[in-house]
Amino acid sequence: MRNSGYFRDLYVGGKSLIIGLGVTLKTCFLPIVTVQYPREKLDITPNYRGHIELVRDAETGECPCIVCGMCARACPSGCITVKGEKKEGEKKKSLIEFKLDFTKCSLCGTCVETCPKGAINYSQDYNIAGFTKEEFHYDLIKRLEEKG
Amino acid sequence: METAGNLVLLRMVIAVVLIVAFVFLNALIMGYLERKISARIQRRPGLMEVGPHGILQLLIDGFKLIGKQLIIPKDADRFLFRLAPLLSFVPVVLPLMVIPFSSKLQGRDFDIGLIFILAISSLNVMAILMAGWASNNKYSLFGAMRSVAQNISYEIPMLLSLLAVIFMTNTFSMQGIVQAQNKIWFFLVQPVAFLIYIIASFAETNRAPFDLPEAESELTAGYHTEYSGMGFSLFMLAEYANMFVVCSIATVMFLGGWHGIPLPFGEYSNAIWFFMKVYGLMVFMIWVRWTYPRTRFDQLMNFCWKYLIPFALVNLLVTVVLVKLL
Repeated sequence: MRNSGYFRDLYVGGKSLIIGLGVTLKTCFLPIVTVQYPREKLDITPNYRGHIELVRDAETGECPCIVCGMCARACPSGCITVKGEKKEGEKKKSLIEFKLDFTKCSLCGTCVETCPKGAINYSQDYNIAGFTKEEFHYDLIKRLEEKG
Repeated sequence: METAGNLVLLRMVIAVVLIVAFVFLNALIMGYLERKISARIQRRPGLMEVGPHGILQLLIDGFKLIGKQLIIPKDADRFLFRLAPLLSFVPVVLPLMVIPFSSKLQGRDFDIGLIFILAISSLNVMAILMAGWASNNKYSLFGAMRSVAQNISYEIPMLLSLLAVIFMTNTFSMQGIVQAQNKIWFFLVQPVAFLIYIIASFAETNRAPFDLPEAESELTAGYHTEYSGMGFSLFMLAEYANMFVVCSIATVMFLGGWHGIPLPFGEYSNAIWFFMKVYGLMVFMIWVRWTYPRTRFDQLMNFCWKYLIPFALVNLLVTVVLVKLL
């Protein structure tokens, strides 16, 4: 049997056209699958790598940072500044400044991996926008306090 | 005598004003329906922002287009470039004058109504060619050339299919053709002619799957590539009004015009049936557009010359023989 011919083409073509109309008609009554972004938002996956932030220890409620400076040294872009001081009567240094220059950060995550105490983690912020560079110089201690 | 003449003139003026207003309204409705239906077929909600379910979006778009600057390309033929959109808009408004919306609602009933519509609406091709030529842009010219070739080819099966109905009614008057269908609508008697007419009208209005003159992926936008603001929107208005005209011809010739379930004040209110049929056909055109991919140019021509014209001719012959015998 031949695969094409005058009337055969007409029949096969016509049939496929009607099937096509059926497909789109059915699709027309299926529910909408797109997310209307500013009105509704999807939950961010926990694997999402935003900029880094300090975390609290689950038991003590304090930030476990020991101001070793490993993260600042590991950072290939040099965008982390950590400062600490030894307060009176305490055995170890305590954190007084932890700044992130997010304009330089390449989100490589080396700082998170090197931290011996697990004091840094990725945040879930994804829709970040600003008008000046300074808006992306984050003071992570302040952020931690604001988060409560 | 003179007052009668003045009344006819007044009637024509009122009809023209109403029809131009309707052409704009039609573009709003069709633009909205097109975007909503295409969205539903692609499983997204479509217009949602301006007004409830976005119904005012097209109005806002209209204001935006009116406010836009009219840019004329450097080496364009300035006079023809400005003339083309107007020339494309006028021939689609004129046919609406003789379309019978109901037995009383009609600008004017000509004895040669159908010939008038077909003659006037074929002028649209010239406006498109003019726009393509005057833009001095290769994409515009390609689009215009394609449009002309396509429109001329598809006019033949279109006319042949309409002729089959004319042989049965013995009149070119639109009102007469509608009245001939008070017993049976002609798409039941002439299914082949109806199908051929519908296919040819897709090509005549440059709608998908025959939208080669405006093929975005190859020609940016075809003949209206260089147009901005109201120049562009006149082409869009003309396109939607043209859709309305071809669908009204289909309704008058095959779907019984304003015939339907009788209503009170039927001489006027039967227009509801007419509009329902026309918009039904237009929604079908939108549905087809968002279902099929674009044809290649050789496929387009093959389909016309190998299938539509022979079938239309055979159909015409059979009709003539049957009309003579019965």
